[in-house]
Amino acid sequence: MDFAPNPDHELIIEAVEALCARFDDSYWSEHDQRHEFPWDFYREMAAGGWVGIAIPEQYGGGGAGIAEAALVLNRVAASGAAMNGSSALHLTVFGLNPVVKFANDRLKETFLPRAAVGDLHVAFGVTEPDAGTDTSRITTRATDDGMGGWIVNGRKIWTTKALESEVCLLLARTDGIPGEGFDGLSLFLVDLDPEHCEVVPIPKLGRNAVASCEVAYDDLPVESWRLIGERGRGFHHILHGLNPERILLAAMACGIGEAALRRATAYANEREVFGRLIGSNQAVSHPLAKAHMDLHAAMNMMREAAWRYDNGLDCGEHANTAKYLAAEASFSAADHALQTLGGLGYATEYHVERYWREARLQRIAPVSQEMTLNYIAQNVMGLPRSY
Amino acid sequence: MKVVVCVKQIPDPADPGALDPETNTLKRDTKLILDESDSYGVEMALQLVDAAGDGEVHLVSMAANNEVGGLRTALAMGASSATIVSDDALGGSDALGTSKVLAAAIARQEPDLVLAGTESSDGYTGVVPEQVAELMGLPSVTFAKSISIEGGEAKIQRQTEAGYDDVECPLPVVVSVTAGVVEPRYPSFKGIMAAKSKPVDELDLDALGIDAAQVGWAGAGQEIVAVDEAPAREAGEVIEDDGDAHERIVAFLDDLKIL
Ligand SMILES: Cc1cc2nc3c(=O)[nH]c(=O)nc-3n(C[C@H](O)[C@H](O)[C@H](O)COP(=O)(O)OP(=O)(O)OC[C@H]3O[C@@H](n4cnc5c(N)ncnc54)[C@H](O)[C@@H]3O)c2cc1C
Repeated sequence: MDFAPNPDHELIIEAVEALCARFDDSYWSEHDQRHEFPWDFYREMAAGGWVGIAIPEQYGGGGAGIAEAALVLNRVAASGAAMNGSSALHLTVFGLNPVVKFANDRLKETFLPRAAVGDLHVAFGVTEPDAGTDTSRITTRATDDGMGGWIVNGRKIWTTKALESEVCLLLARTDGIPGEGFDGLSLFLVDLDPEHCEVVPIPKLGRNAVASCEVAYDDLPVESWRLIGERGRGFHHILHGLNPERILLAAMACGIGEAALRRATAYANEREVFGRLIGSNQAVSHPLAKAHMDLHAAMNMMREAAWRYDNGLDCGEHANTAKYLAAEASFSAADHALQTLGGLGYATEYHVERYWREARLQRIAPVSQEMTLNYIAQNVMGLPRSY
Repeated sequence: MKVVVCVKQIPDPADPGALDPETNTLKRDTKLILDESDSYGVEMALQLVDAAGDGEVHLVSMAANNEVGGLRTALAMGASSATIVSDDALGGSDALGTSKVLAAAIARQEPDLVLAGTESSDGYTGVVPEQVAELMGLPSVTFAKSISIEGGEAKIQRQTEAGYDDVECPLPVVVSVTAGVVEPRYPSFKGIMAAKSKPVDELDLDALGIDAAQVGWAGAGQEIVAVDEAPAREAGEVIEDDGDAHERIVAFLDDLKIL
């Protein structure tokens, strides 16, 4: 792995930062408050080829690796767009990975070229009311319609971007019994057909420009070619994309922390209390310095994980570690930034409260910190399975 | 149609570095970026070539150490190729020295049109495009706010204090482009990747046939004797409103003969 400055990466950073600079903190704050998807921003990013950056070139995408995709989302988040900006993009940036790796040619040719130009919005439907951390409990069912196709019934929750998305990567049960292992789950790319899908946004703490929804599937017909990979192997197909997703999430989290520290440092350098700058108190500057170091360390961990993934090396430990450290560092940076701004930290106008609400998310989703520790303890260190 | 755009690569204004105390010139040993005031010329050139349906945009820049940081950005925006002129003897060049180098490098391209910014953001001499035109024996039009090419002629709207002049001029011509008149495109990801394989010609004074004594410190007709801080602005007059503030503001503006 090479730490020398990479001219490609420098140009990517410069271009993405220039584009993001047109969408300032007030743009994001307004969209957050109005619960409005950031369409203008999304379209600009799509036009620049940033949304399709990791789709293979043969389908019109940028053909770049996860390292470059992570850099893009990191700069988006760091611009102040935080999760509202980065998660508006990230499902199209990398969500279709199982389609690239496992789908039939018809699926690839139908959908990847549209994703490459950012014209296809994708949602990801795994979590259910009774199947979160424990995916084996999925009960949403795809039943054989006797003519080669499927009929889907069930209920998913937290499906992000279900309102905007035309299609959803859906993990549904075709075989087996809930709670008894992962075989029997199959992965589909289904249409979110309003005739058969009821989508209701879930009121939530933050990242409100991008809704996450409850989706009820009622006799949704799915044609046979919409099955991704093998019947019953859906969970294994999804696993393949989980490490890159963690890497992207880590990059996004680090970006939010950076935005929070930028505001905190500026404020600590100008706010006078008791006749001195608050930043000259070590009780203010040290936590910010520590947050800076933690973010840097998490960012380097993220880069290592991305480099390993792009070079075809095993990266489970690295991706999970990056996501864990980034989630902690990001929230801690946002929390100390909020403290630094005092009462104004709590005021919407100063944006730090928005970063704080959005940084909190990574400690729960897409995988909780507890489950990440379980993974490292059991799979990396060989400790007994604890659950 | 072949359009050559002069682009200056400058230290990042967000992190401008320091003046060299011996020469009173800006140290340029940090990474250089595309001068924003040249991005308008690049954008205009790309639009003109688009409108013409064929042709190419070539960039010409002079900088130390074959620096291409800023050229890469303009290539990523869509320019086809570039020339970078570097030579140890070029350090200390004044505006005329720079113009000699640029004119020689541009002439090799046999362009139909040469665009430049009106002035650079780090030097502000504002004379290079006109000097280049003179050295190349070409007509010069300044402060363009729009350019179109019709029937082998350039039709230029030239910004003035009152409005604009309509100027028609045979090609080739050197035109300086006013900042802010077009919106420079952002480099796209594919643009950035494609820029890597675009040709950048590296030239030195020998290649251009320029005598080192004519340029750099040796040829400079000017010397920067001192650099001083701009005097702090004096506090303005504060008018407090006792009900007649508007009348006092009108009187104040009247005194200045603004009204
Ligand atoms: C804003 C947002 C967006 C989301 N977007 C999507 C999406 O697009 N698609 C999608 O499918 N899902 C999405 N999710 C769902 C997310 O992936 C889940 O919330 C997450 O996986 C946790 O599942 P759960 O909420 O059911 O928690 P549970 O599984 O109920 O767990 C509750 C708590 O118990 C802890 N816990 C459980 N078991 C153990 C154990 N053995 N050891 C230690 N701790 C344990 C967990 O860590 C957690 O803290 C989203 C969630 C949010 C909040």
